[in-house]
Amino acid sequence: MKGSQWTNLPSVLRPGRYFLQGDEACAEGAIAAGCNYYAGYPITPASEIMEHICRRFAQLPGRVFIQMEDEIGSIASVLGASWAGARAMTATSGPGFSLMLENIGYAIITETPCVVVDVQRAGPGTGQATRPAQGDVMQARWGAHGDYEIIVLSPWSVQEAYDETIRAFNLADRFRVPVILLMDEGVGHLRENMTVPAKTSIYQRWKDLSRPPFGEVEVPPMPAFGEGARLLVTGSTHDAWGYRRTSSPQAQQQLVERLVSKILNHREEIQRTNTHFCEESKLDILLVAYGFTARSALGAVRLAREAGIKAGLLRLTTLWPFPENMVKELGAQASHIIMPEMNRGQMLREVQRVVPHAAGYHRTDGEVITAPEIWTAMQRILRSGKKRALEGKDLFS
Amino acid sequence: MKKGTTASIVKYIRPRTFPTPFCAGCGHGILLGAILRAIDELELDFSQMLFVSGIGCAGWIPSPHYNTDTLHVTHGRPVAFATGAKLFNPRLNVVVIGGDGDIASIGGNHLIHAARRNMDITVICANNLIYGMTGGQVTPTTPRGARTQTTPAGNPEPPFDLARLVAAAGATYVARYSVWHVRPLIAAIKKALQRTGFSFIEVLSTCPTQYGRRNENPTPIGMLRALKQNCISMERAKTMRPEELAGKTIIGEFVG
Ligand code: SF4
Repeated sequence: MKGSQWTNLPSVLRPGRYFLQGDEACAEGAIAAGCNYYAGYPITPASEIMEHICRRFAQLPGRVFIQMEDEIGSIASVLGASWAGARAMTATSGPGFSLMLENIGYAIITETPCVVVDVQRAGPGTGQATRPAQGDVMQARWGAHGDYEIIVLSPWSVQEAYDETIRAFNLADRFRVPVILLMDEGVGHLRENMTVPAKTSIYQRWKDLSRPPFGEVEVPPMPAFGEGARLLVTGSTHDAWGYRRTSSPQAQQQLVERLVSKILNHREEIQRTNTHFCEESKLDILLVAYGFTARSALGAVRLAREAGIKAGLLRLTTLWPFPENMVKELGAQASHIIMPEMNRGQMLREVQRVVPHAAGYHRTDGEVITAPEIWTAMQRILRSGKKRALEGKDLFS
Repeated sequence: MKKGTTASIVKYIRPRTFPTPFCAGCGHGILLGAILRAIDELELDFSQMLFVSGIGCAGWIPSPHYNTDTLHVTHGRPVAFATGAKLFNPRLNVVVIGGDGDIASIGGNHLIHAARRNMDITVICANNLIYGMTGGQVTPTTPRGARTQTTPAGNPEPPFDLARLVAAAGATYVARYSVWHVRPLIAAIKKALQRTGFSFIEVLSTCPTQYGRRNENPTPIGMLRALKQNCISMERAKTMRPEELAGKTIIGEFVG
């Protein structure tokens, strides 16, 4: 894109190996990505991100931290800071994420880059504050009202909590969209080794005062307040210069279509998937998983391989936009597909949209899914021959 | 080019935005001009000002009219948005403009906390005692007994005294004037804009369309006269008995 560029910044942390918690790695990833504004409100299991950022920002010049009065204030101030030129982030868990959604919708229509981390816990409601779950997948995708596309990333390890947070910032600035980093309690509180590379690749926001900041091109330039652009930013339907067009069908359609297509036209660039043991042209069984559950799924694939079953894992790191082609391609090559999830099958429905024979394996009791239980489920489905025997309640019978 | 006091503020207004969307007789137009006159008299660098506004009629005072950076946000949240912009770029002169529904009801939490933190922003609340744009419902500042779309038998709840509320929360500067008292209002805005810390001005504004019509004051001029009669300066109020003060609104500087 014109006027914008990628730059390599030296790492903030000394390059090398670290033993960190997922939440801390996320905070360090944000710092590496140049995050210089953080506003948050305490909530389990995400608070460690705020606490770590608070401590680290105090040691670094030009970084602003504030604990706001609530989650709505947190996201609102993040968006205000973003328009003032900041690379801004907040982190929360399900209940707080629910509170933020109106302003996430505002960020979408005003094309305000920011990163929102949701370290999921068991819900609905207050639920189980300290227990893992993956119940916010659909909330992250559709929680705000209206039609839009959004980017949602789901790390499975401490390393990815670091790397994907950096990528979240770059995607946010590249596409002028809020990016949701959807972790789960399992990853957020996990401690393991990770490596910090010497350089961090950063996408610089495109600034061009002569072009309209809300149209004309797919992803318009975004100057900051105080730079002389006389920005007219509104959450109402607007034209390319920001003038309200609240009763124009054309303005509404143009805006919504661009908000959607600027993401969908670049699916390949955004969608990240990983395959494990998927080299054969035909698989007996394919597991599709993301987040903490993908770790158990990989364990289950290894158990299956030891038993001579041709099993493989497709891991989704980008949840939205949904990596449809990859799922379709690999899914078509597998006799059976199982998607283990710590929910009632939120992502499963999306997978079934492209590979109808996919079956789900769910847990909603605030416990992580283990490799042996997935392996047991795999054996059951292979024995029965029925493609979708594992769906829904069958699991618990 | 127009002559007189108007000429001095025309340069602050976006060319494509007149006429304003306000109803005839709305007090918001007077406030729109008063803020610009304060800026003009102070000769502030308009390009370094940021106006943040929420949802409702008052949210339209800066956006789209003011020809500098404007941020028109979600209902009730302008103070929180302003907090982020100001914290990240302290060189910006940040002014929040919103109605009583926006600032004092849904946004009440952000208001008191920004005052408590003494955030270096200026908040101007255009208090017309009603939700104007959404059709005339009761707000936290609607007087007891007043008729609104949602209190047809008269408002049973006591209203907030916004100036005192914000003063108690810790603001550095707090004043209340009305759109009838334009000169003291401009002077107060000038003070607020120059002050470091959280400044709050409650501006009693007229809404003939949604408030006056339902409350025996159907004409714009009648509403302005009522402001003239019912607003008592702090100094005068000190000499008045409580019975005399019933139904009156005290104006002036609450925290100077
Ligand atoms: S509804 Fe009331 S506040 Fe709104 S523009 Fe009309 S008169 Fe003004």
